[in-house]
Amino acid sequence: MKTKVDLNSVFGLSEDVVARDIHGEFIIIPITSGMGESDDDIFSLNEFGRAIWDKLDGKRRLTEVARALSLEFEGTKTEIESDCLGFIKELLKRKMVVRL
Amino acid sequence: MMQTDSFVEKLSTNKYPIWKNGKPLLGQLDMELAERCNNNCIHCCINLPKDDLEAQKRELATGKIKNILREAVSLGCLSVRFTGGEPLLRADFEELYVFARKIGLKVLIFTNATLITKHLADLFSHIPPLEKIEITVYGMKRDSYEAVTRMPGSFEASWRGISLMLEKKIPFIVKGALLPANRMEMDEFEEWAAKIPWMDELPSYSMFFDLRCRRDEDKNKCIKSLRLSPEEGLRILTRRKEKYIREMKDFCSKFMHPLGDRLFPCGSGLGGGCVDAYGNFQSCMMLRHPDTVYDLGNGSLKDALENFFPKVREIKAVNSDYLNRCARCFLKGLCEQCPAKSWVEHGSLDTPVEYFCEIAHSQARFLGLINEKEKAWQVEDWKARIRNFVGN
Repeated sequence: MKTKVDLNSVFGLSEDVVARDIHGEFIIIPITSGMGESDDDIFSLNEFGRAIWDKLDGKRRLTEVARALSLEFEGTKTEIESDCLGFIKELLKRKMVVRL
Repeated sequence: MMQTDSFVEKLSTNKYPIWKNGKPLLGQLDMELAERCNNNCIHCCINLPKDDLEAQKRELATGKIKNILREAVSLGCLSVRFTGGEPLLRADFEELYVFARKIGLKVLIFTNATLITKHLADLFSHIPPLEKIEITVYGMKRDSYEAVTRMPGSFEASWRGISLMLEKKIPFIVKGALLPANRMEMDEFEEWAAKIPWMDELPSYSMFFDLRCRRDEDKNKCIKSLRLSPEEGLRILTRRKEKYIREMKDFCSKFMHPLGDRLFPCGSGLGGGCVDAYGNFQSCMMLRHPDTVYDLGNGSLKDALENFFPKVREIKAVNSDYLNRCARCFLKGLCEQCPAKSWVEHGSLDTPVEYFCEIAHSQARFLGLINEKEKAWQVEDWKARIRNFVGN
């Protein structure tokens, strides 16, 4: 079932992943199966993804997350919101975040 | 704004470098969860009986292993190898496995597969190890298998475990150990292994067996009797002659040259190490010489990696036989001579091991790097020899 993602949604990090900062490299390590294409995949996030990840506290709506990001990244409000939604959709697909 | 095709990038940790800012202090850790094993393989360099209560009593407690794993993670470790003995023999294996995975470690498991139950297969399916499990197969038939393991029922148990892994689609690879009882089954083994979905290449074999890692003269006699002769070894190494020569050309151009009195040109103790079943931290899995082992009961992984192992790596050869031969020999790299092998064979770090010397010379003669009666340490024009070989 597809979950509709909009800027009023609130997301938290899944307990089925561990995020680690190893030597400046931000790595997401799945605990349970089904997050990657194969069962030995691990992942990294780009700078923008990392910034969103850090703000997914299970309390803030995405619109608030996007507002906070606009203080850190260049771009129009629409661009940042669009990227924020794109990122969340990808994480949802991989079951790395949960909708609250 | 970040312009990107994907916000989430899949990482292949087998293809370095994933570390853009240099490797962490500890990248990979080996943990021997027990020296005990439920098999009794004739060639094994480490196994103790599964019901050896003395050994069991000395093994690290669950909490201590968890503390070591926690520290490993704090030092940047991404992958831990659970090995033994047979790691699944520990009653707390599942607890340790889940713990390691939940603190963000990939877990590589070395096993004989005999103790893989439906419950464990379900666990590996739900919480994947993120590394292919490595299973050693000792024979394709009950007779050959159990002639090696000396454990009635082990053949069925192993194949039951392997079947469960296949059924649950848990990625694994298989390896062999070439022994008199199963040497005739290589083709059958390889044909079967090729059908395993996760086998990207031919299975690897152990055949130049290591002696007992705790130095046991009686058992060593048996192991020595099982070793392939250098000529037999060469015949197996060159079964696929073109592939072997191609790989050797690549290898020789990169790694072959005399190393002088340096005993540790390898990566031993650099970004990794092995914790034995009793809490001793070794710079590599084989090296247990008391001067090179760090007691974690009185210290930490960090201290060992930062302060102890660098001193071990500075140890130089003093044995005149080593200095006259190995230190001057350009087959280093092709030869398995190292402080660990010297320790198990002779009880010192720098004594030439004739068996490995003969194997290396046998290969070098086959490759045309030395003449029939030459010793590689006597060759002055070794650079030209390598150039000629690689250029051919």
